[in-house]
Amino acid sequence: MFDFPLLSLVTFLPTVGAAFILLIRGEEEVVARNARWVAIWTTVMTFGASLLIWMGFNPATAEFQFVEQKAWIGSGINYHMGVDGISMLFVLLTTLLTPLCILASWESISTRVKEYMVAFLIMETMMIGVFCALDFVVFYLFFEGGLIPMFLIIGVWGGERRIYATFKFFLYTLLGSVLMLLAILAMYLKVGTTDIPTLIAAGFDPTWQRWLWLAFFAAFAVKIPMWPVHTWLPDAHVEAPTAGSVVLAGVLLKIGGYGFLRFSIPMLPEATEFFTPLVYTLSVVAIVYASLVALMQEDMKKLIAYSSVAHMGFVTIGIFTFTTQGIEGGIMVMLSHGLVSAALFLIVGVVYDRVHTREISRYGGLVHRMPIYAAVFMVIGLANVGLPGTSGFVGEFLVLVGIFQVDTWVAFLATTGIVLSVAYTLWLYRRVIYGELVKAELKDILDLNRREIAVFTPLVVLVLYFGIYPEPLLEVMHVSVANLIQSHEMAMNGGSAVALANR
Amino acid sequence: MMSVHVVPDLMPALPELILAGMAMLLLMFGVFRGNDSTRTVSWLAVGTIAVAGFFVIVGPSDGVETFSQMFIVDQFAVFMKVLVLIGSGLAIVMSFGYIRTEGMERFEFPVLMMLATLGMLMMISSNDLMALYLGLELQSLALYVVAAFKRESLRSTEAGLKYFVLGALSSGMLLYGCSLIYGMTGATSFSALTAALSSDGDVPIGLVIGLVFLISGLAFKVSAVPFHMWTPDVYEGAPTPITAFFAVAPKVAAIALFLRVMMSPFGGLFAEWQQVIIVISIASMVLGAFAAIWQDNIKRLMAYSSIGHMGYALVGLASGTAEGMRGTIIYMTIYLVMNIGTFAVILNMKRAGNMVENINDLAGLARSKPLMALAMGIFMFSLAGIPPLAGFFAKFYVFLAAVNAELYALAVIGVLASVVGAFYYLRIIKIMYFDAPADGLDSAIVPEMRIILSVAAVFTLFFFVYPAPFLAGAQAAAQALIP
Repeated sequence: MFDFPLLSLVTFLPTVGAAFILLIRGEEEVVARNARWVAIWTTVMTFGASLLIWMGFNPATAEFQFVEQKAWIGSGINYHMGVDGISMLFVLLTTLLTPLCILASWESISTRVKEYMVAFLIMETMMIGVFCALDFVVFYLFFEGGLIPMFLIIGVWGGERRIYATFKFFLYTLLGSVLMLLAILAMYLKVGTTDIPTLIAAGFDPTWQRWLWLAFFAAFAVKIPMWPVHTWLPDAHVEAPTAGSVVLAGVLLKIGGYGFLRFSIPMLPEATEFFTPLVYTLSVVAIVYASLVALMQEDMKKLIAYSSVAHMGFVTIGIFTFTTQGIEGGIMVMLSHGLVSAALFLIVGVVYDRVHTREISRYGGLVHRMPIYAAVFMVIGLANVGLPGTSGFVGEFLVLVGIFQVDTWVAFLATTGIVLSVAYTLWLYRRVIYGELVKAELKDILDLNRREIAVFTPLVVLVLYFGIYPEPLLEVMHVSVANLIQSHEMAMNGGSAVALANR
Repeated sequence: MMSVHVVPDLMPALPELILAGMAMLLLMFGVFRGNDSTRTVSWLAVGTIAVAGFFVIVGPSDGVETFSQMFIVDQFAVFMKVLVLIGSGLAIVMSFGYIRTEGMERFEFPVLMMLATLGMLMMISSNDLMALYLGLELQSLALYVVAAFKRESLRSTEAGLKYFVLGALSSGMLLYGCSLIYGMTGATSFSALTAALSSDGDVPIGLVIGLVFLISGLAFKVSAVPFHMWTPDVYEGAPTPITAFFAVAPKVAAIALFLRVMMSPFGGLFAEWQQVIIVISIASMVLGAFAAIWQDNIKRLMAYSSIGHMGYALVGLASGTAEGMRGTIIYMTIYLVMNIGTFAVILNMKRAGNMVENINDLAGLARSKPLMALAMGIFMFSLAGIPPLAGFFAKFYVFLAAVNAELYALAVIGVLASVVGAFYYLRIIKIMYFDAPADGLDSAIVPEMRIILSVAAVFTLFFFVYPAPFLAGAQAAAQALIP
């Protein structure tokens, strides 16, 4: 079973599906229906295949597993795939969210369905590839290749200001990643390969590390996004179609955090240590500022977008504590936020499909007509707040434990973010769900239909399950995180030993 | 005194001889048969180019020199000649429909294209300043005429005239540079120049001035800033298939000549000319990126795009290493394919039988002609350098060379310019995919066009799957320049 290229299968299966959809011909109606069915089957099969990865995964080792290596463009650049305890979880998150996205777009996307499904399936390939790649050039190909389908998804099926939003999204991300490309080239020339495990073991000159780190930071900080380069996110989120927002918030933002974990920290330990105060500062600003901005939003999607920025602040703080709790917490926040923000955007999508507005003031009293919807919203909203018993709590708690050991002031400021998140989430909930049902267009609004319940069920179940029993996730990442911290400490001690010797 | 006449070895120049002989034969054939024979002449021209390409590939490639060392054939020459022949052949094929509908079906047209191609092959193989000039002028004179070939069109004649005046000026500069170099070293042959310049000693200032003039002349031919002014006007004014031709074959030939001249005889003066190339390269990348933003005419836009791309190609030269040469060679290969494809789309932008050139005419193409829009989208993303498309690898290899040569400023400015440049390529995609359809373009697309378009699109899209043969070929070509 280990000889079977399972990772390549999971990565490229959606592309095969996309190729199938491209071949569909005929009446527009028929094409649309077939495209939907092919897309859902492909993504479900991909999810099934990715479960095989989890089943075959050995959590007792920090080595990369399911490794595939093939000669590609030669001279040290090869096609190299593999997962460890960190990346595997993100692969699963991606394969879980994509079929839900397809389901959520079942009716809300009615024009150019074929192209939409093709773009979405190619998007899935790119996202999975990012997490599986063990060669930097392969990683970069997937990392930037994902821009193309997302650019089209926002630009073709987006809202009113979609063109502005999609250009901003594309150019911001491109700007960050081309600088990373130069850093990749510099590392390649130094080591002679772009193989990620080799680069991690290589060790770079500390003065060089700072430049390389800044180049990486440009890419990942835009992607995750950190204040002050977060401004593309509210625009892109608001204008994207529901499923596009789901993928953006659920997976694309995590690529930034994953990048820090996979590249910045293990490859450039000294520079990471050096820039940690910068990361803390930007993260705290992001948490407090974005939470305050979220309080003032009139648009539901914009509110969730700013809430995402704040949550990603927790992620970066957690990752840069270099403690077991901090890093595991950071990963947990990412996974939990992947489910919760995805669900929140879907929740907005449900009412948007019915009323065609995202303005909070146009809603109110939905609980009277939509009890199931209100219940789902309640669970997800509380998970966004980080209430104990939901997955949001586990991650945020671990992050705070981690940061408290390192810097109490950062911990204090970050905690204010939690308080603020309660404020904006519950206030949003109150304004949309409670109150009298007075608006005329809401009088005969329908509750969730079966398809929508099917979309929300897995998300709600997983949010509660991992809130109560997060061990399945933590168990997978333990060894990999421990390995990450250990090698970081070794690099730091080794570095100081050299510094001492030089004295 | 007895002079010995030895017939030079003609075999290395066989492709050139075939082209020259056939060009003259076809000219006579055309004169006797009149303009009705244009289609036959065109096909025969394409056939001749294919035959020449065959002999380029099977012919010698191990650095043989002939004609008193004026002409050299090495791996580099073979690789670049194949590119030029592909570019020229496809340009003639793409012009079939156009010259018929636009009333410029005259048999001189394919013959002139053949002569221009012959000039390009001579440029690539030149191993002497005089051979260089001969090849360059043969190419340029033919190109001046084809630029103005639509003689009843004011814009076309203007383009031809403008190109001629500026081109003559640049040729003059180049010739002046050559004469200075000759005056300072007493040699025109590249091998003699290499020997003269490799000794460590003070470089006479006159030689550097001569070199700068030479570079100016060459920069004009590749349309690098600050010698780019002719490009947008000529691209816009010239008939579209000619523009397509201008965008590929002469650029490849001129870059090849640029590489050979800089690396082979003047490689020893690298320290003197590197700065000049860096400045030219940065200026071209930046101007190409910013100036194209405001263009609405697709041919003008492609002109600025090509200025920018020449800047990227010169990044490889600026690094002055075999790696850099390889980068530039790969860049030109991919550039050729992307531009052929793009112009194949532009040539199909017709409404009610008339050519249209405004980028807004592409509005809603994704719905009226999804496959063509898909192909154009692939070319645009590739020109912008987005992975996994071929254009990314082009940029990857030149920047790899730049970083290796520690030209960090050049590399950073280059990638930032590529982000700015991405904007206008995205704009075309936006018009095709996001905007509401305008009046539909004509749907007729001739089979040869369809084949060119699909092959170019497939190459650009799937280059990443198996790039090894191209890389190996480019590597061998680069090593012929810098052992």
